[in-house]
Amino acid sequence: MLEFMEGSHAVAEIVKRCRPQVIAAYPITPQTHIVEDLAQMVANCELDAEYITVESEFSALSACLGASAAGSRVYSATTSQGLALMFEVCFNAAGMRQPIVMTIANRSLGAPLSIWNDQQDSISLRDSGWLQFYAEDNQEAADLHMIAYKVCEDHDILLPAFVCFDGFILSHTYEPVALPTQEEVDAYLPAFNPYQRLDAEAPLSFGMYATPEYYTEFRYEIDQAQYRAKEAFVKAGREFGEQFGRDYSALVEGYRLDDADTALVAMGSICGTAKDAVDEMRDAGKKVGLLNIRMFRPFPAPEIADALKGVSTVAVLDKNISLGSGGAVGTEVKAALSGSNQAVYDYIIALGGRDVRKRDIAAVVDLAEKGKGDMFYGLRTEVL
Amino acid sequence: MALRVGCASPPGRALENKTGAWRVFKPVFEPEKCSKCGMCAMVCPEGCVRETEEGTFEPDLDYCKGCGICEEVCPKKSIRMEKEEK
Repeated sequence: MLEFMEGSHAVAEIVKRCRPQVIAAYPITPQTHIVEDLAQMVANCELDAEYITVESEFSALSACLGASAAGSRVYSATTSQGLALMFEVCFNAAGMRQPIVMTIANRSLGAPLSIWNDQQDSISLRDSGWLQFYAEDNQEAADLHMIAYKVCEDHDILLPAFVCFDGFILSHTYEPVALPTQEEVDAYLPAFNPYQRLDAEAPLSFGMYATPEYYTEFRYEIDQAQYRAKEAFVKAGREFGEQFGRDYSALVEGYRLDDADTALVAMGSICGTAKDAVDEMRDAGKKVGLLNIRMFRPFPAPEIADALKGVSTVAVLDKNISLGSGGAVGTEVKAALSGSNQAVYDYIIALGGRDVRKRDIAAVVDLAEKGKGDMFYGLRTEVL
Repeated sequence: MALRVGCASPPGRALENKTGAWRVFKPVFEPEKCSKCGMCAMVCPEGCVRETEEGTFEPDLDYCKGCGICEEVCPKKSIRMEKEEK
């Protein structure tokens, strides 16, 4: 049954059904509604979880890390500056191999201060060891949480994950969402079975000191677990499809790519606009398609190369910038396609909440087909 | 030693971390000059100076990082730091 609800509420409802035992979070726009809803659910005894109120995001994720090590399924949510404050704990959570699931309501990073959407926050944590999934709409945002817990808690993976959805554009937008029942979620996602945990009877310390003789090998093992997460995601996404009818087994999803000459590549809600733009361009006779990157970490380079092998021109839409280098997605797509004869261009777009319309997507395609790229799109030169 | 997931370890594993490898200067104790005051053992930040049966003191070179504080505090100047060639 489809219900009409706010994206944040859909996420909170699905998180509730994933039965986290400990939630620690600190409110920050545009993530606040999620944790506000969850706090209310705990207060109303609808959710049997320990809700820890903390004084900062650093403490929020630290509390989650400790609770996860103690053997609890944990949840948090944050965005932007809050995620930046978690930076150190993020690396520790991945290194200690704790399967924490955290929602990122994507927002730009200051300065200048901006509460609006882009994907700079989670992209900036791309090297932290967390898996990263990006939702195109609120249904996918909700669904990805169940998949994330399943993948993260797999004893062959044991890594934390960000479920990213665009702040405001999705988090504050009302859309029809199908919420599975508690029984259906329980059937998909079994109770958390910790691989190892803090236990006074058999004491353990996590994330212990590693000398130069061992550190490299620990990092190698995290890297290997990242790559294994691809297969685990495919499996969990397929099982989800079998149970709920929405298949997420694709790490990247093509839209009208089959005979395309030019392909757009994007992540998150911008894909919805891009699909409409592709339809209009197709109606006008242009052979354009879209590749939606659902999983950014681990980066599905071979899957991207395979999905784009028929196109001659690739235009990557980057809602982030690695200052002094270019967009993060574009850089990695170029690496994935290196050695091919394809022209790959990167466009920095939609930073700090700037709106993207179908005509902007069409303009990007025109630029790419003229060989113009690796640039900021829509730069307002009159204010420079 | 096989790696354990998450670099998790039971108590006592710090003993396997032989910090003596970090050392440039090693302390040389001369027990004949020692007044047995125990200052060297008290100030050692690694806790790796131990008392012998004779009541004098000796460093555990597996863990001594060569900081030289023992040399600094010894009232009898019975400890000297020597460049260690490896």
